Amino acid sequence: MAARAAFDADLAKMLIDRKRSMPGAALPILHDLQEHFGYIDEAAIALMAVALNISKAEALGVVSFYHDFRRAPVYGKRLKLCRAESCQSMGCEELVAHLKERHGIEPDEPRPGAALHVETVYCLGNCALSPAALFEGEPIGRLSRDAIDAIVARAGGHTQ
Amino acid sequence: MSVRVFIPSDSSALSVGADAVALALAAEARTRGADAAIVRTGSRGLFWLEPLIEVETSDGRMGYGPVTVEDVPSLFEADFLKRSAHRKALGRVEDIPYLARQQRLVFARCGMTDPLSLDDYRRHGGLKGLARAIEMGPGAVVEEVIASGLRGRGGAGFPTGVKWRTAAAAHADQKYVVCNADEGDSGTFADRMLMEGDPFLLIEGMAIAGLAVGATMGYVYIRSEYPHAFEVFARAIEIARAERLLGVGIAGSTHDFDLEIRVGAGAYVCGEETALLDSLEGKRGQVRAKPPLPAVSGLFGKPTVINNALSFASVPWILEHGAKAYADYGMGRSRGTQPFQLAGNVRFGGLIELAFGATIRDLVEGFGGGTHSGRPIRAVQVGGPLGAYFPENLIDTPLDYEAMLAAKGMLGHGGIVVFDDTVDMARQARFAFEFCAKESCGKCTPCRIGAIRGAETVDKVLAGRERQKNLEALRDLCEVMTDGSLCALGGLTPLPVLSALDHFSEDFMKPRARAAAE
Repeated sequence: MAARAAFDADLAKMLIDRKRSMPGAALPILHDLQEHFGYIDEAAIALMAVALNISKAEALGVVSFYHDFRRAPVYGKRLKLCRAESCQSMGCEELVAHLKERHGIEPDEPRPGAALHVETVYCLGNCALSPAALFEGEPIGRLSRDAIDAIVARAGGHTQ
Repeated sequence: MSVRVFIPSDSSALSVGADAVALALAAEARTRGADAAIVRTGSRGLFWLEPLIEVETSDGRMGYGPVTVEDVPSLFEADFLKRSAHRKALGRVEDIPYLARQQRLVFARCGMTDPLSLDDYRRHGGLKGLARAIEMGPGAVVEEVIASGLRGRGGAGFPTGVKWRTAAAAHADQKYVVCNADEGDSGTFADRMLMEGDPFLLIEGMAIAGLAVGATMGYVYIRSEYPHAFEVFARAIEIARAERLLGVGIAGSTHDFDLEIRVGAGAYVCGEETALLDSLEGKRGQVRAKPPLPAVSGLFGKPTVINNALSFASVPWILEHGAKAYADYGMGRSRGTQPFQLAGNVRFGGLIELAFGATIRDLVEGFGGGTHSGRPIRAVQVGGPLGAYFPENLIDTPLDYEAMLAAKGMLGHGGIVVFDDTVDMARQARFAFEFCAKESCGKCTPCRIGAIRGAETVDKVLAGRERQKNLEALRDLCEVMTDGSLCALGGLTPLPVLSALDHFSEDFMKPRARAAAE
C-alpha cells in the first residue's frame, strides 16, 4: 500500500475535480481521498460538497454512513479481521482475545504511534478457509494465533 | 512444447500461499531447465486443496494439492510434468468426486481458464449465449429467461425474467443494468470467485440483459472487501472494450452497451437493491420504499434491471442451451442450479453447484465431510447472517426456495455455515441483533431500534432477569421486526434469532458466570 500523504487542500481539490462529473461521484471521490490521505479530512468534505453542489450536511451524511470512511487518521499497518459467522465458527473471537492479551491490541481502536491497526470487517469472502483476514491488502486464510504473532512482528510492533 | 501448469490466483488460493508456490515453481523449473509454462487461473472451489495446481497432460489435467513451497522440489523429482506419482497427486481433477458429483453450469469454466483471456473464454464455450441472444432479439430473450424459471440468486428469489420484462416495457431515454456484487453474507464467496475466475461470463450476462431491455449502460457494484475481484474485473472490462465485446455495436451487433465497476464502502445494507441504487447515486445507502420498482424507476430515476451477479451469470448458459434444458434441473418452483457455498467449521469447504433439491445434509456431510474440528455438528446456518440456524435433526431439509421457507429459513445467496458443538447459540442470536444494529440504514424504526432492543433483551434473558417475560418480549419484538421493517435486513434478522430460540432453547437457560456474556 502507498504511504499516505499529509492532508493537502490543493491535492484534495484536484482529486475531487478529477471525478466530480461522474454520475454518482461521491463514493469514487471519497475512496480516492481516503486512499491518498488515509482518512477523510473535514476540509475535504466541504470541498466535495461545493464541487458536487450538495450541502455540507449531505456530504457529511454520506461520509458518516459508510463504515469504510474514517474521519481521523489511523496509525500503522492495517489488518482487516473478519468477525462474521463463518469465522466465528472457526474461533475468530479467540484470535481477538489473543490480540488483546498477547499484544495489547483492541480492534477498531486507533492508537497514535501503533505499528498495527486492527479493523473489524464482516466477511472477506474466504469463508471456506476461515478465520480470514486481509493484511495490507494481502489475503490470509486459516488465520491462527501463530499467524497473528507473525503479522504483529511484521508490522514492526512487539517482539515475539 | 512446454507443459502448461495451472495455478490459481483466486484470493482464497492466495490466502494460503498460491503466489509463493507459483514463484517457487517457476524458479525450480528454471534451475532444472524444465519446460513448464505457468498459467494463472481462477479457483475450482475445492478450497481445502488450495493451492491446487494442475498439469496439462494427454490424459487430462492432473491435480496436486494442497501444494506448499516445500513440496516444489519433490514434485520435479517425481517428474510431475510427465507422470502423476507424487504424494500430493490427486489424479485427474475432473474425476475428484467433489467436482465430479456437481452440476456445474455457471461455474463450468471457473478454475480452468486464464480469467483475462477472452480467447480462452471463447475456446471454452464463451459468448455463445450472447450470439444467440443477438440472433433471437430482445423480446425472445426475455421470454427465454422467463421460461427458464431463473429466480434471483441474491436471496429474494424473484423471477429474473419478470424483472426484465418490466424494464423492457418501460419507456425512457436511458435504461440501466446494475449488477449487485455486494456479496456481504458470511459464508458466501460465489460472486467473488466468479469475478476473479470467469469475469467475462458476468460481462456476457449483463450484455444480454442490456440487449433484452434496451439498456446501454451497466454498473457493477462490488464490495470494498474484495480488492482482488475488483482488480480482475476492472481489467476484464478494459479487455472486453478493446475487443469490442463492450462499447458501440457489441459483438458485431447494432446494440451498444458499456460497463463500469463501482466500489462500495463497507455497508452491508447496500446489498439490498434499492440501498445499492442510492449508494451508486452517491448517497447514503438507504433503502427505498417500493413501489416504484427499480425496473420502472431505478438508478437516477431510470428503468433499471438490478440482479445478483449469479443471476446474470446464469443467463449465457440458458441462452446457449435453451430455457428447457435449464429448467430440467431443480425441483418444484426452484429451477436450474444454485452455486452453494460450504463454509465455516467444515472439513471440505468450497463451491458446490448443484440442482435445487439437494439436502443440507448432502452438502454438509456428503461433500463437507463433517466439521473441521472433528466434533459433532450442532448447527448449520443457511443463507447468511439473516438465515436460520438448523439443528442436526433438521438438516434433511431440501435446499430449494419453498422448502427453506416452510422450514422457517431461507436459501439466501446459497451460503452454508457449519458450527460444531462448542457453539453458544444464545450468543449467535445476540450477534444477529448486534449485526443488524450496526448495519441498519436507519430508515425504518423496527430495524433501527428493534435490533438494539433485541440485543438488550437477549442480555436480560442471559442474566436471568425475568427470563420468561423477556423471552416473550423477544418473540414479540421479532414479530414487529418481521412485519414492520422496510427491507430484508430488519425483516429477516428474526430468522436466526427465532431459530436459535426454537431449536436451541437450552442455550438461553444456562446459568451464566458473568451477566450478558460479552
